[in-house]
Amino acid sequence: MSTLFATAVTLVALLLANPVLAKEAAPLAEDPAVEQRLIHISEELRCLVCQNESLAGSQAELAQDLRREVRELIKQGNSDQQVKDFLVSRYGDFVLYRPQLKPTTWLLWGGPFVLLIVGLVVLVTYLRRRSKLIIEAPLSEEDRKRAEVLLKGEQS
Amino acid sequence: MNRFLLPLGIFIVLVGFLAVGLRLNPREVPSPLVGKPAPDFNVPQLHDETAKFSPQEMAGKVWLLNVWASWCVSCREEHPILNEFAKSGTTPLVGLNYKDKREDGIRWLARFGNPYLLSAYDIDGRVGINYGVYGVPETYVIDKAGVIRYKQIGPVTPAILQQKIIPLVQELNK
Repeated sequence: MSTLFATAVTLVALLLANPVLAKEAAPLAEDPAVEQRLIHISEELRCLVCQNESLAGSQAELAQDLRREVRELIKQGNSDQQVKDFLVSRYGDFVLYRPQLKPTTWLLWGGPFVLLIVGLVVLVTYLRRRSKLIIEAPLSEEDRKRAEVLLKGEQS
Repeated sequence: MNRFLLPLGIFIVLVGFLAVGLRLNPREVPSPLVGKPAPDFNVPQLHDETAKFSPQEMAGKVWLLNVWASWCVSCREEHPILNEFAKSGTTPLVGLNYKDKREDGIRWLARFGNPYLLSAYDIDGRVGINYGVYGVPETYVIDKAGVIRYKQIGPVTPAILQQKIIPLVQELNK
């Protein structure tokens, strides 16, 4: 009897104690604002080890180190652009998913529009040239009658 | 016949571009640091915690900085070539032990030979980041004025050594 009672007490105590033991999940970093900006910046940056992954998503060791570096730069009060410049000066433009606009990237940015314009010009000249080839062939009175006969024949 | 000439021409040009593109190595990202002064650092040496190394000590010399680690498989492949190169005494070779355990690095050199004048010890990879290191091993050729003149990403092969690095070092030494 007493063992049963003790067990019951222990069970109740455990049930009661559990919520007290449970803790809030630890925050990912001391400063959520810094972390927010870190994610915002690093989503725009390429991880050089796994080149199709962003710096935000990569688990490569270098990516972790670079995130640590970026975190520190943010804490030091650098702007987003300054952080990006830091990485570009070391790893080159390739780290940027959104390439900068400068003479070497003009073709990259403008190319699609140039192709679009070339395509439109080709299309317009082709259509114009083609419209000249169309010769009006009006229906003669004789043809009309023949057509009417044929149409009537169809109905009957 | 004539109307097929233009599409055919475009097709051949496209195939040409794709053929060249296939041969390029996407891992070889041109370093913006070539032609710029080598970033400065001041870190302890691998074999002697109390002694430090800074690239400034090499001013006036043409030298190579080789980034290596005991955990790096390609470094092992490259190592005999570096050992050979060091024996030739062409130019000083400094190691940068990258994100390694000190005892592992020392043991690795004891086992495979030490071609380095000394190895700087970059425990947290910060020096590596300043040099734009993303794939160990990497090798930098630095001139007398402390400017990076060449960067080799990945292992140094005998061909690269003979065709690029040694001629460049000789030219810089003139």
